[in-house]
Amino acid sequence: MISVGLLLLAWELYATYSGIRPTTLPAPSRVFEQALLNRQALADNAIPTIGATLLGFACSLSAAFVLSMMVDFFQPLRRALFPVLIVSQTLPLVAIAPLVVLWFGFGLAPKIMLVALVTFFPMLVALVEGYESTEAEIGQMLRAMGAGRWRIFVLARLPSALPYFFAGLRISITYAVVGAIFAEYAGAAKGLGIYMLNAKNNFRPDLVLAAVGVSAALTLVLFGLTVLLQRLAMPWERAGKETAGKGAWR
Amino acid sequence: MSRLELRHVRKAFGGLDVLADISLSVGAGEFVSILGPSGAGKSTLFQLLTGAEHGEGEMLFDGAPLDDHGRHFAFMPQRDALMPWRRILDNATLGLEVQGMRRQAARARVAPLFAEFGLAGFERHFPAQLSGGMRQRAALLRTVVQQRDMLLLDEPFGALDALTRTAMQRWLEQMWRHHRWTALLITHDVREAVFLSDRIYVLSARPARIVREIKVPLPRPRSLGGDAARQASTLEAEILDIILNATPSKGHDHD
Ligand SMILES: Nc1ncnc2c1ncn2[C@@H]1O[C@H](COP(=O)(O)OP(=O)(O)OP(=O)(O)O)[C@@H](O)[C@H]1O
Ligand SMILES: [Mg+2]
Repeated sequence: MISVGLLLLAWELYATYSGIRPTTLPAPSRVFEQALLNRQALADNAIPTIGATLLGFACSLSAAFVLSMMVDFFQPLRRALFPVLIVSQTLPLVAIAPLVVLWFGFGLAPKIMLVALVTFFPMLVALVEGYESTEAEIGQMLRAMGAGRWRIFVLARLPSALPYFFAGLRISITYAVVGAIFAEYAGAAKGLGIYMLNAKNNFRPDLVLAAVGVSAALTLVLFGLTVLLQRLAMPWERAGKETAGKGAWR
Repeated sequence: MSRLELRHVRKAFGGLDVLADISLSVGAGEFVSILGPSGAGKSTLFQLLTGAEHGEGEMLFDGAPLDDHGRHFAFMPQRDALMPWRRILDNATLGLEVQGMRRQAARARVAPLFAEFGLAGFERHFPAQLSGGMRQRAALLRTVVQQRDMLLLDEPFGALDALTRTAMQRWLEQMWRHHRWTALLITHDVREAVFLSDRIYVLSARPARIVREIKVPLPRPRSLGGDAARQASTLEAEILDIILNATPSKGHDHD
């Protein structure tokens, strides 16, 4: 927080005293003022971005979950799928985004697809590696108890994957916002991405930066939500930390 | 009348011979230990019994081949294998839930045992909130409530400090006198084996063979003082001698 404050202060001083024109580098105070003035337009454009982010992320999460289970139950699938998926991660977004828009139009579909494209693989890997982190002895014990593969998956592999899942979630959610903005940048009726593009074309860097601020705030909020969700879903983590080192001898 | 009987059991992982020739038996209500050096293949033997791995040789339970794994044994792994995300009460009921008992019924069955296992008041705690000794007792509780024919305990106290370990051994001996479980215990602690067992099988280093079968004629309750304790230390010294002099069937690394 302090570092962000100092950075903004330095930027403010530079923009004010260096004589640089506000159409090149506007001071933070001007960005903030313009953001307030244009708050209606910013909000109107933020809503489709939020929608595309959440919808795309939900799609990719469901698909990653289903596929991760299939991979866990059927290992050869992993060898067949992962190379394709790794290649999908190397595609440059700048090149892919306009193509997807070209193929699927200016509606919601291409945005969802791009968000899913950038978040799907990290989530899949997180889940698959999470299942594999299950202690071998827990599996052996459950089998001795008479549990089948499905029981073992539900009782042990799924909960073991939770820390990996949330680590993946925190990273992917930030990718998701970037993916949505990229998709809009390539063509959209409304959204933060197209708003930035229009502001840039109208020589309004202050409005570009205002939109960047909104998207940063959006990312932070989503990130915070995942942290909150993790605390709720994994109460044993905090319980363990609080009492670590307080164990009685017995 | 023996319940578990192994005849010439062998196991290799790839080219690595782990179990060379294991024949042993465990009678009803008997406490038997398998004592052997680290890496000998002790846990591997339990993997065969629980069906996690397959080997050669005969494994019989009550005279019938052991094919329907997961029926006869309640297994306690070398590390406690408590699930960090389950409270102690829910860890303890795990085996019953897997057997199909409803969660409420399983809890009602397990709850009264918490006092006996020194865990009263910790039902709602997570494993990470317990000391090492308590975790081990919780794992043991989870094992015995399954009411299987036989307990398989893989170094239950191996990870504990010496003081806690001794306390736990005394506690387990007392529990065993009360419940008379049929039990097979793995350990590399000679004193633990002598203190707890009716009989001890001594294993060689890998590839493991049974070097000696030793009866422990000490009276129960086992005590830490007096005549019996002297007898125990003589036996311990004898066993240590056997282990340290046992040479593997192949190789020259133990001259
Ligand atoms: N699944 C496996 N695949 C290959 N090798 C294995 C496997 N499990 C065990 N081994 C090997 O078998 C040998 C015996 O292992 P095991 O765990 O049975 O020893 P142990 O007697 O229980 O030792 P410790 O007292 O240290 O627990 C080791 O050399 C180990 O590397
Ligand atoms: Mg072992």
